[in-house]
Amino acid sequence: MDTLFAARQQMALSLGWHIVIACFGVAFPAMVVFAEWRAHRHDDDPVLLTLARRWSRVFGVLFAVGAVSGTILSFEFGILWPEFMARFGQVFGVPFAMEGFAFFLEGIFIGIYLYGWDRVPRRLHILTGIPIIVSGILATVFVVSVNSWMNHPRGFDIDSSGAVTNVDPWAALFHTGTAISSTHMLLAAFMVAGFTASVPYAWAWLKGRRTRYYRLGFLIPFTFAAIATPVQLVIGDTSARWVASQQPVKLAAMEGLYETESDAPESLGGIYVDDELRYALQIPCGLSFLIAFNCDHEVQGLESVPADDRPPNINIVHWAFDTMVGIGSGLAALVAWFAFVWWRRRRLDVRMPQSRWFYRAALLAGPGAIVALISGWVVTEVGRQPWIVYETMRVEDAVTTAGGIVYTYLGLWVIYTLLTVALLYVLRRVARMPIPDDVANVP
Amino acid sequence: MTLAEVVLAVMWAGLTAYAVFGGADFGAGLWDLVAGGARRGRRQRDLITDVIGPVWEVNHVWIIFVLVVLWTGFPEAFGAIMSTLYIPLTLAAFGIILRGSGFAFRKVTTTVELQRVWGASFALSSVFTPFFLGTVAGGVASGRVPLGDDVGDSITSWLNPTSLLGGVLAVSTCAFLAAAFLTREAHHRGDDELVAQFRIRGLGAAVATGLIALAGIGVLREDAPELFHGLIGRGLPLVILSGVGGVTTFALLWARQFVWARVAAAGAVVAVLWGWAAAQYPYVLEPSVTIEDVAAPNATLSALLIVIGVGAVFLVPSLLLLYRMSERGSFSEEPPAPQG
Repeated sequence: MDTLFAARQQMALSLGWHIVIACFGVAFPAMVVFAEWRAHRHDDDPVLLTLARRWSRVFGVLFAVGAVSGTILSFEFGILWPEFMARFGQVFGVPFAMEGFAFFLEGIFIGIYLYGWDRVPRRLHILTGIPIIVSGILATVFVVSVNSWMNHPRGFDIDSSGAVTNVDPWAALFHTGTAISSTHMLLAAFMVAGFTASVPYAWAWLKGRRTRYYRLGFLIPFTFAAIATPVQLVIGDTSARWVASQQPVKLAAMEGLYETESDAPESLGGIYVDDELRYALQIPCGLSFLIAFNCDHEVQGLESVPADDRPPNINIVHWAFDTMVGIGSGLAALVAWFAFVWWRRRRLDVRMPQSRWFYRAALLAGPGAIVALISGWVVTEVGRQPWIVYETMRVEDAVTTAGGIVYTYLGLWVIYTLLTVALLYVLRRVARMPIPDDVANVP
Repeated sequence: MTLAEVVLAVMWAGLTAYAVFGGADFGAGLWDLVAGGARRGRRQRDLITDVIGPVWEVNHVWIIFVLVVLWTGFPEAFGAIMSTLYIPLTLAAFGIILRGSGFAFRKVTTTVELQRVWGASFALSSVFTPFFLGTVAGGVASGRVPLGDDVGDSITSWLNPTSLLGGVLAVSTCAFLAAAFLTREAHHRGDDELVAQFRIRGLGAAVATGLIALAGIGVLREDAPELFHGLIGRGLPLVILSGVGGVTTFALLWARQFVWARVAAAGAVVAVLWGWAAAQYPYVLEPSVTIEDVAAPNATLSALLIVIGVGAVFLVPSLLLLYRMSERGSFSEEPPAPQG
């Protein structure tokens, strides 16, 4: 294993772990505060309060773990990619400072909120939840803006000696790509948190526990995710078209498209070998149409750049993209099912779907959303290769010269494996804490 | 003062906040480690959990703040420090993960066996994380981090006399701070038994830290002459102030003036950090890399200061609110378990 490979894998492991946990830090508080607010509106409804209270406990654990798994990323930026940081930290660093403050505020109000149950008047307690939601969203926007900058670098020039000059950190921060990517990420966070949080209650439904407590436990997070999902379809589509216009080589990798051609097909699945995508299901003109609504539109293929400038593994990018889109479509279908039943049962007391198949599908929606999230992140990161700063700096020029990264990478595997097992165990324990009968049995 | 100096001073203020508040949290972990068996140490551990619970995440954000300001404002220095000192920094990062998750897991765990496992993860990493961060400080302060294409020795840059002094001093300082803070918290809760326990620890930690610092004079003279000359030169008033702060803390703990003891302990830590800064000024990396050599362009520095200024408007009142609530005892007990 060489250093570059180990460094990339270590970054992927720590970011891949953090991005999942961070989704809960960003999106879960909205669900908790919503439940508490509804409880407050209904004279401190004990069912809703119990839900909010238990969720906030889960949230407390996830936030703590997310905080520390995020911290080590800021160490790793320097440990693994010192040349990248040394040259470009001055360009993209400012949004990280903003993120730092957002994170400060999130931590402060989480401290107040979690410890403030029963100590602060209800209305004030709900208000202390608002800054948690806002700062979590802002933190996401700021962090994603840096990733977006790596894909669409700007706000600097490179002079003839290769030095970075004319640095303009504000120009680096604000551009269309940031808006699209951060919205895409935020919606993904709500889908991951919402679909995952509804899983235990879908399970409860299948086990025959269908009182108000379990129904609301399902409905609140599922509804958050259900609202985000159709919007995500639109933003995802916008995002793909943005990639087509800004990073045509990445798009070609996502589609496994070698030749630059008009009437380009949309390819599903298949294996990319020897500059050709084989065994794929192809929709004629599909890609040209999706990008420009026009079959004559010419789509740039991988051949347009030298082999050195293409992502090293097209299959990973192509399959990750298809996985994300496939799961996203499946989730959209599940949401459509839910919406249809909800509308059809509008005169009934319990409007939730009654089919066991719906809840079986909902069980898969949580893990599915997580897989889609990671796939999407693989598309954007692996698809950017071989660049760390798109068309400006290569990963091999950014990586550290330190010799021991292989060992720190293996060490991190040990830690994250233990941590994942421990976290799942702890969450299961929290979920199994008994629910008072007078709450669980409200019909 | 140049723009770069202002940014560096702001970063140093962040580092100071981390050393005082984060340091006290680390030290609390050390006292958790030596609190004794599950039964005997229970009340001490409850106090520790209670005191750091609402604030440790926030106190911990200061290290992120420091790193971000360093890589934005002084990117080359950041790259050099991280690539030379990657071993202790990776170990500190591992420690940060194990510590935070151990603490969070222990709080929601009810069985003693598992509390012991998470507690050990929290408490042990509370000791070795500041140790490794201290060795990083020692490596930088003793001029073992070169700039540019050179990378310092990945082993001797942090396994050397100054780094070991830095590591040990960091741990004992955290213990000293935490004992002073915890004594005051125990006193505030009117728990005389805990007051007695932490007061003795505070007195002991004050003496130990003082002795380590005195021994350090000899170490620095041999191993880090540039720093040493700075410390007995421009940094001397602050070094003396720090010593006075330590002795005062001891006296105040002795006299049972716990509120003021805490202030004096924090003052001693603040003084020693700024003494170090004064001693090293204007070098970021000894012996020859100055602040201006590695500073980002003014466009970045001013943008950074604007963001920090605006951020501070939101941060400072919120922080004060959090600390005031935990001071007033609004958080003085474990959050009640969810109904049931």
